[in-house]
Amino acid sequence: MNIFLRLSPLTLALAATPALAEMPKGISHFKLDNGLEAVVIEDHRAPVVVQMVWYKIGSADEQPGKSGIAHYLEHLMFKGTDKLGPGELSKTVTANGGMDNAFTSYDYTAYFQRIAADRLPLVMEMESDRMQNLKIGEDDWKAERQVVLEERSQRTDSDPGAQFSEERSAVQFYNHPYGRPVIGWRQEMEGLTREDAIEWYDRHYAPNDAVLIIAGDVTADQARELAEKYYGPVPSKADAARKARPQEPEQRSARRMERSDPRVAQPVMIRTTLAPERNAGDQKQAAALSVLAELLAGSAQTSVLARDLVLTGKALYVDAAYDGLTVDPTTFGLSLVPGPGVSNADAEAALDAALAKFLKDGPDPTQLERVKTQIRASRIYAQDSAHGRAYDYGQGLSVGLTVEDVNDWPDILAAVTADDIRVAAKLVLDSRASVTGWLLPDASATADAPQAVSADAAPAEEVQ
Amino acid sequence: MIRAFATFVFVALAALPARAIEIQQITSPGGIKAWLVEDHSIPFTSLSMMFKGGASLDAPDKRGAINLMTALLEEGAGDMNSVQYAEAVEGLGALNRFDAGDDALTISARALTENRDEAADLLRLALTDPRFDSDAVERVRAQVQSVIRNEATDPNAIAAKKLSELSWGDHPYATSVNGTEESVAALTRDDLVDAKNRVLARDRVVVAASGDITAQDLGVLIDRILGGLPEKGTVPLPEKTKLQLTGGVTVIDWDSPQTVVSFAQAGLPMSDPDYFAAYVADHILGGGGFSSRLMDQIREKRGLTYGVGTGLANGVYGETWQGGMASANGKVAEAVDLIRQEWDRFAEGGVTDKELNDAKTYLTGEYPLRFNGNGKIASILAGMQLIGLPADYVNTRNAQVEAVTAEDVQRVSKRLLHSDQIRFVLVGRPDGVTATD
Repeated sequence: MNIFLRLSPLTLALAATPALAEMPKGISHFKLDNGLEAVVIEDHRAPVVVQMVWYKIGSADEQPGKSGIAHYLEHLMFKGTDKLGPGELSKTVTANGGMDNAFTSYDYTAYFQRIAADRLPLVMEMESDRMQNLKIGEDDWKAERQVVLEERSQRTDSDPGAQFSEERSAVQFYNHPYGRPVIGWRQEMEGLTREDAIEWYDRHYAPNDAVLIIAGDVTADQARELAEKYYGPVPSKADAARKARPQEPEQRSARRMERSDPRVAQPVMIRTTLAPERNAGDQKQAAALSVLAELLAGSAQTSVLARDLVLTGKALYVDAAYDGLTVDPTTFGLSLVPGPGVSNADAEAALDAALAKFLKDGPDPTQLERVKTQIRASRIYAQDSAHGRAYDYGQGLSVGLTVEDVNDWPDILAAVTADDIRVAAKLVLDSRASVTGWLLPDASATADAPQAVSADAAPAEEVQ
Repeated sequence: MIRAFATFVFVALAALPARAIEIQQITSPGGIKAWLVEDHSIPFTSLSMMFKGGASLDAPDKRGAINLMTALLEEGAGDMNSVQYAEAVEGLGALNRFDAGDDALTISARALTENRDEAADLLRLALTDPRFDSDAVERVRAQVQSVIRNEATDPNAIAAKKLSELSWGDHPYATSVNGTEESVAALTRDDLVDAKNRVLARDRVVVAASGDITAQDLGVLIDRILGGLPEKGTVPLPEKTKLQLTGGVTVIDWDSPQTVVSFAQAGLPMSDPDYFAAYVADHILGGGGFSSRLMDQIREKRGLTYGVGTGLANGVYGETWQGGMASANGKVAEAVDLIRQEWDRFAEGGVTDKELNDAKTYLTGEYPLRFNGNGKIASILAGMQLIGLPADYVNTRNAQVEAVTAEDVQRVSKRLLHSDQIRFVLVGRPDGVTATD
């Protein structure tokens, strides 16, 4: 079962329609007495509803030595309660024509079901049940630990690009737990126990540390009534919230890494630099970084790096990536695959020259205007997916933003100026807090074998 | 206490959602047919256009021509070069996607109501007057070749490629739509023009739209986009083909901790009276995620894999019953044996009433959930026309699932599921597995 989520900055731009002080049409939110925050997103075009419960706890909240516990628990959350046998929740959802899944990231762990609107009470009853009554059978936890190890083998160890990515993150972050992989280091995953999982669950899984999103063919009143009924009785916990994590010291040394692997078809360069995240009431810098990523590589023909590198044959592909939906400072990423006959060094030099030119000249006004038009259009297209909007609010609230912050985001993006972008560019393109990695076919590689790669500044989502 | 929920489920079943979607079938003033679901709540329209035959219309020695041509449609048209063309599309906030597949060349477009006509004009230019400028051709050619090289080191792609090769003989299904590095290197501009004339024609297009547009406006819009295309393609559509696959095990050496497994056997066409019985059977056997027997036996009970699944793979020109999995090199032999055992158990033992009912409730309940959004509706409606389904299929399909009995499932399973006729392709260093040929 996997849904691999990769939100582009543009997708993130898409929350809702009119946004000033009042709530956008069809959006409402409330908080239960036990602390559970809820957002309702109405879309009555089809008889479908999505329920998501996001816990504000993720792999970056793990203790050293226990990496992977957040994700492992996500898997064990399907092993039943007093009322539900192992696997029964998913089977019940499926038998009712729905689908369910879950995912873990650095900052959150989320569970969702997509089902016919008249089955909403059923999935809310089951989800609220496992918020408080999880049972992990003696027979189940070892087999499931094997499953997450197989997941690691499949997603990471069978893929040199994924292996390289996790090592680059470890080098990017000196002190912050974003340097550890969400799925965990293998030798630590092998030692995770049922007790570790139960301790994690007992401590962090509580309504006052969770966000409920109901999106689709439901009214605000119905959703609230059902939330009161099913989640209202779940007791809150005093100490559930995440603790502040160790933060990065000043980074003074630009780092370089290189790895060769026969499973790599062509050289690829990925460079990340530390970058600020979206913060409650303070999203302007993150908005400028989002627009910057679009300007640099959002179009295969008209973006800055496409024009300077791809159209000139210096690179086959370029990409820029930024996702500000994190609790702590994140990264801004750039990647490229050298063009046919272009050496790795020449391709990287061409990238550096293009970036230096951009830092000097700033954005082209007509290009900025086009990107703004696309952002405005994306906002309209985004209304086509209630599920997508559920992600926007769930992820936003999970990393500490308010509903208003999520509502305001499209307007903040629209208000980004050329000067904002110059400042943002200086921050991430002229920084020593960087890691430049080259992933190469093997020691004697030629430079003409490319591959489509994204600079994955966004935290990887691990999915049940 | 597990019963508490079971009761609820039973009650809920009586109230399956059945909000039918209303499909309008229109013919444009220029004579092009289209299906439309009108919904004016969001000011944009999704349009899906599928040209039958797709990359399977490649000339025999020009494999990859249609794929490369398709990628070049948005790289300059009329008096605009690739940059100018992209600027024009971006300046409208329009989104166009061009994709060359085995069965169709698909164009998925989104346009805002406020500038829909201008977006349509740009699409028309791309379809009727693409430039195939040499700089764009060379740039995109290099990108396609890089994709080909990349697939050569991806164990999933390696397994899929080998299985296709073993399945489809000299039919285009046997090879990748991308072509080979050599075939792509040899393509000329004339080949691209020829490729376009093979596939982009009015006699082979199906059209569907959903969103903020009336039937009348859609007719005008379609003529605006497609009216300038030739009436007929230069070659006939591909013939249906026969599966060449034989049972056995193929092992491809690949240095990785896991072995990727792709497997397939004969399937059945949608026109087969037992198609829906097989569809239900597949759900119970391996298609139904965590509810399936394979997932239960191989992942849940034994932890041998992160995921295993099967599906009826019905192409327009041929079909298989296939599946996939990845498992540690030391455990993959056990996992493959379990697939064979479950295959046999299914063919011999049939299904329980509970399995059958759960499968039917899922399959009928899930179906209406697919139609949530203009983009999805347009894509589903075009796909239905591509495979020749009538518009009222959306209303009759669930009844066909409901009508499947345990005997039907048993009959089709006995007929089709033969563990000795499965071809397994293993890419990795599997312990204790021997290739049969």
